[in-house]
Order: sequence, then structure tokens, then C-alpha cells
Amino acid sequence: MTLASPPAAVEKFSAAYKSHAADSASSPEWLKSRRQQAWSTFSELGLPTKRRGNELWKYTNLQPLAAADFEYGVTGSVTLDQIKAAGPWDDAWNTVVVVDGNFHAELSNLHGTAGLTAGSLAEAIAEGTGNIEQQLGSLAGSEEYAFTALSTAFIDDGAYVAVADGTELGQPVQVIFVTSDNAASRASYPRLLVDTGANSSVVLIETYVNLADSAQFSAPVVEVFAGEGSSVHHYRVQMENESSFHLGTTRVAQLGNTDFTSTSFAVGASIARNDIHTLLDAPGATCTLHGLYMTNGDQQQDQEISTTHAKPGCTSDQFYKGILSGKSTAVFSGKVIVERDAQKSEAGQKDLNLLLSRGAEIYAKPSLEIYADDVVAAHGATAGHVDRDTLFYLQSRGVDEEAAKAILVRGFAEEMLNEFKPEALNEFVEKITDERIPILLAESDTIGTA
Amino acid sequence: MLEINNLHASVVDIEDSQILNGIDLKIGKGEVHAIMGPNGSGKSTLANVLMGRPDYEVTDGDVTFDNESILELRADQRAHLGMFLAFQYPAEIPGVRPWQFLKAALDSKAEARGEEKMSVRNFSKLFDEKVEAVGINPTLVKRSLNEGFSGGEKKRNEMLQLEVLQPSLAILDETDSGLDVDALRIVAEGVNSMRSPERSFIVVTHYQRLLNYIEPDVVHILVKGKIVKTGGPELALEVEKDGYKEYLDAAAAGANA
Repeated sequence: MTLASPPAAVEKFSAAYKSHAADSASSPEWLKSRRQQAWSTFSELGLPTKRRGNELWKYTNLQPLAAADFEYGVTGSVTLDQIKAAGPWDDAWNTVVVVDGNFHAELSNLHGTAGLTAGSLAEAIAEGTGNIEQQLGSLAGSEEYAFTALSTAFIDDGAYVAVADGTELGQPVQVIFVTSDNAASRASYPRLLVDTGANSSVVLIETYVNLADSAQFSAPVVEVFAGEGSSVHHYRVQMENESSFHLGTTRVAQLGNTDFTSTSFAVGASIARNDIHTLLDAPGATCTLHGLYMTNGDQQQDQEISTTHAKPGCTSDQFYKGILSGKSTAVFSGKVIVERDAQKSEAGQKDLNLLLSRGAEIYAKPSLEIYADDVVAAHGATAGHVDRDTLFYLQSRGVDEEAAKAILVRGFAEEMLNEFKPEALNEFVEKITDERIPILLAESDTIGTA
Repeated sequence: MLEINNLHASVVDIEDSQILNGIDLKIGKGEVHAIMGPNGSGKSTLANVLMGRPDYEVTDGDVTFDNESILELRADQRAHLGMFLAFQYPAEIPGVRPWQFLKAALDSKAEARGEEKMSVRNFSKLFDEKVEAVGINPTLVKRSLNEGFSGGEKKRNEMLQLEVLQPSLAILDETDSGLDVDALRIVAEGVNSMRSPERSFIVVTHYQRLLNYIEPDVVHILVKGKIVKTGGPELALEVEKDGYKEYLDAAAAGANA
């Protein structure tokens, strides 16, 4: 690949990479070589731009990210009270706390539950826990994607969760990634590796909270290896501050008869992306990818959702809902690929949006690529607004206009909020939604029009 | 209770769209008035204008409720005074449960009137009683408001709201449309059980059928936005037998004269 000039913003990450490599000389050789490989991939790719043909970034302008400067490796301090106030929390859960990229045992709440390994990624790397050498960076990092490459180049600490064969965990496991309150604009690469054993089951909550006021850059990468017959119910809660960049990637490999669900709640950041890919790699695997996104101001919120049906008899379902106000933008880019051998596949794709303002834009691109001939698939996307008739109906019953609008917006979100099953999590997303609705309505100008 | 004087109304932002051409009507406490008319006569418009639907503007005349003009009031404020409109086509509202929505409606009303809000416990009790009284399927009211409801279920749900909100004036806008006889009877029973010396009804309908079940005190014939005849229940039977042709012809002759 020949380039006239270095790809955008590579140089600014370069010094950090060199000092990180020097600091982590004691890492195992396999990890060092994985980092080097990833760095060379990133050096070639650079940060994505809106150049022609770059379909993944057509609607998302990363210029503000490319123009910003971030420090690497600067940390701050955080109290448990701050964490509990910023994100969902339940003492009954096993919660792994990662602050500015590093695992913190003293803030974590781990019960020593039988069959569960949950804690520091650095420790798991050092001890060679489970299948970590084969797994880490194998789903995300080998691909030609700038943000997974960047993250892999900086792999250090984060969280590791493994569930032993046959273990059914009664309580959720939460991994909460905290950005501390530190004035500096920092880059961080939160990392989570999940390995579920055969016929195990786990509810996994992945949460991002940000205690800083300044712009932060976070490129989290999560890899999930779902063992034969396992059930993984994953939730992703993204609560970055409004000036931050959050480019998250989740890669999931599913073995036979696995049931993987992921439900996302995305409200934070200036520019955010939830990029998830599931690979249905054995017959009988099911994946359900759902989510709710809310945007206002000049926020940008992308859902880059893809599923590959590689083997026959698998089912996938993508369903996202968006509520957009102000001059915000959202992208739903849903893709389902059904490979030639994947007969008897079933796939559904749906993206429904509520546009509260004329200035808000949604780019919804559900797409199906089907190479097998015996497949049931359906897709659709809508963008609508709250019409005058509906508003009048509520008002005629005595509900005032503001309350009626809030009821209607909340009603739109309701079915997605109901999917957040753990009680403390459900209460949390409902509370955040109720707080967010008046902000969205304050920037609304289409609600109740004809 | 309700007095309509020389009411003229047209569709907002559309020229020459006048639908109501000078309506005069007085409805006393406890009375049931039927408003009948052919398609396009303006009877649904009248029902909606009375409730303050923003699609229409009043160009002349006045409407008073308990001697106060209501034309400047929003729909929610009219509801707080005790007015209610049962819709011909109730909106489907996903994610909003009837329980939650009616609690919000009662709370708004209490707040507007400076009264104390009903406790959740008391409201739940009231709601459950009314669900039973209206005979609506209890699992339906746990679902989204009107979403996926059949025509009959939607109308029954309107009756549930009527029962819970206990208005002093209820306007029924073609509540009978799309209902089979059983559903019609249920709606009528709901209305009849709520008839009281303190509560008035305006029943808007195209057909006499509904009036077999809800016997009106007064029947008005509305043609081209004007009331052309007023009488007792026998007037409805005449229309059932002879249709609206006589009135339409007279209106056409009047327009040509």
C-alpha cells in the first residue's frame, strides 16, 4: 500500500505506542507479536475517513477525532460511591471495575462464585488462564479495522470473564469501565475477553461510565467465545460524557446450540459507534441483537450490526430503536450474511426511529446478503414522528401537552427498555431515559405536527 | 351546561374549507342529544371542534360550557372542565398502557383543579373495577393502548376511559361505526349505566341503530354544517325509514335559491 502522506492521525498514536511497547517488555512473546502486528495494520489503515467507497464511514465524520490530541496512560482516582452513582449497581452481582483501562480489585465486588473467573485481564495474560493465548485478539485484531487494530496494539489490562462448563450463574456479572475525572483528554482501550464453557449460562453487563468533563477517546474491544450449548445474555450500557469519542467493537463467535443476546443502551458521547459482529459458526446457534439509542444536540450515534450465518439452521434477529432530536445523526447499518452452506437460516432486521426534530438525521441501511437458497429473511426500517392526532388523543383525556409528549416518547422506548431484565439494570436505564426525554423534547420541533 | 351559538368552523390553513355554517344548540344537564346526518354533513367536525382539535379553527360564534367560553382553551383544559370525546378512530399508542395513561390524565386533572392526586392503590382499585364493569379483557389493558386492538376492543377501551374519567359531558363520535351488534350493546350499556341527572351526552351517529340502545332526549339533523331539524326520538326513526334525501334536497334547493 503506497500512500502519499501518512494516514490521518497515525503519528499522534505513534509515540504512545512506542512508550507502551517499552513499558510492556515483560509481556509474553505471543502478545508482543500480536501487538506489533496490530500496530502495523493500524499504521497502514490510519483513522477511517469519509473518502469515497468507504461505506462503513460514509455518514460518520471522524474529523473531530482526528483533529484532537489525547494522552495515553494518564490515570486518575475514583471512589466506589462515584461508580455506583454513575452506573447500574447491585451488590448481588459480581462486578469487575476497570478504571482508565486498569483492573481495580479494591473497587470490584467479587463473591468468589463457583465456576466463575472474573477479574484482571493482565493477570489472566500473565498466568495464561484458560484459552487466553488462542483467544485474545483472534476475533478482533486480525481484521482490517482501524479501531480493533489500535486497541490490540495497546492490549494491556482490562477484564477477563470465564464461566466453567455446565455452570449456570444465577446473578449477572458486570464489567464496568470507568473513565476517571481527570482534566486531561486521554485515549483508552478498554478490553474484555469472555469465554463461556459448554452448557454454561451467564448474564453479562458491560457498562461504560465517564466521570470526566473533557473529551476522551475510548476504543473498547470485547471478544466473546460462546462455548457449545452456552447461553450468554449480554447488555451494553454506554454513558460517555457528551464531548467524548466512543468507538466500541464487539466480536462474538458462537458454537453449536448457543444462545447469544446483546441489548445495547447507547445515549452518551459526541461520536459513538456500537460495532458488533456475531459469527454463527455451528448449527443451532441463535443470536438476538437489540438496542435503543437516543441522540440530541450534535451527537452522532452509530449502530454497525452484522451477523454471519456460516452454518445451517441458525437464527438471527436484529432490532434497534432510535429517538433523535436536535441536530443529531444516527446510523443503523445492519448486515446479515447467509453463506452458501447456511441452509434453513432465519434472519430478521428492523430499525425503527422516532425523529423529534427537523434537524435530526437517520441513515438506516438494513441489508441482507444471501448465498443460500433455503432462507427465511425479512428486513425493514422506518423513521416517523409523533403526529398531531396521537397528541390530541392524549390531550383530550386531560394530559397536558408536555406530559403527553413525554408519555409518547417513553412509550416508543418502552418495549426496548423492557428487554433489560436484571432489576437494577432495568431501573437504571429507565431512570436515564426519563431524565433524557425532557432534554430531547426541549430540542424537538416536529412533535405534534401533521 | 353546553351552549353553542352560531358556530362556524373551517379546516386550519385551507381556504374555503368551511364545514360548520352556523350551529345553534343548547344541551341541558342530564340530557342526551343525538346528532345525525349524512356523510360530510360536519357531525364529526362538530364533535372535534367542541373538544378543541387543532386541525379546525372557529371562524365565528361561541361555545360555552357552564357559562364560560371554552374556545380559547386547549383540549386538556376542556377535559379538566369535565368534557370527554370518545373517538371514532382512537389512536394506537405503542408502549403506553391504558392504566398508566389514565393515571396521568387523572393526575393532570387533579393538578389543574388544585385537588389531591389519587393514590396508586386507590387508582388501581378504581381501574380494576371499571375494567370489570366495561367487560374489557384484563390482559388487553396491560398491553399498549389500542395497539392491535380490534374495532370493538378499541371502542370498549373508550368506554373504559369514559368510566374512569367520569366527565360531565361526553361526546361520542360515531362510536357505533365498525361495531357488531354485541359490541354495540356493550357500548350502549356503558353509556346507559352512566346516564345521570348530572351528566349529559352528545351522541353523533350516521345510523339510527345505536339509538335503539341509547334513547336520546333530543335528535338533531345536521346537513351541510347546519342543524336543519330538531325533534324527539321519533325523528331518528323517520330518518331510518326515509334517509337523508329530503334534507339534502332541501339544502341543495336552498343553496340554489
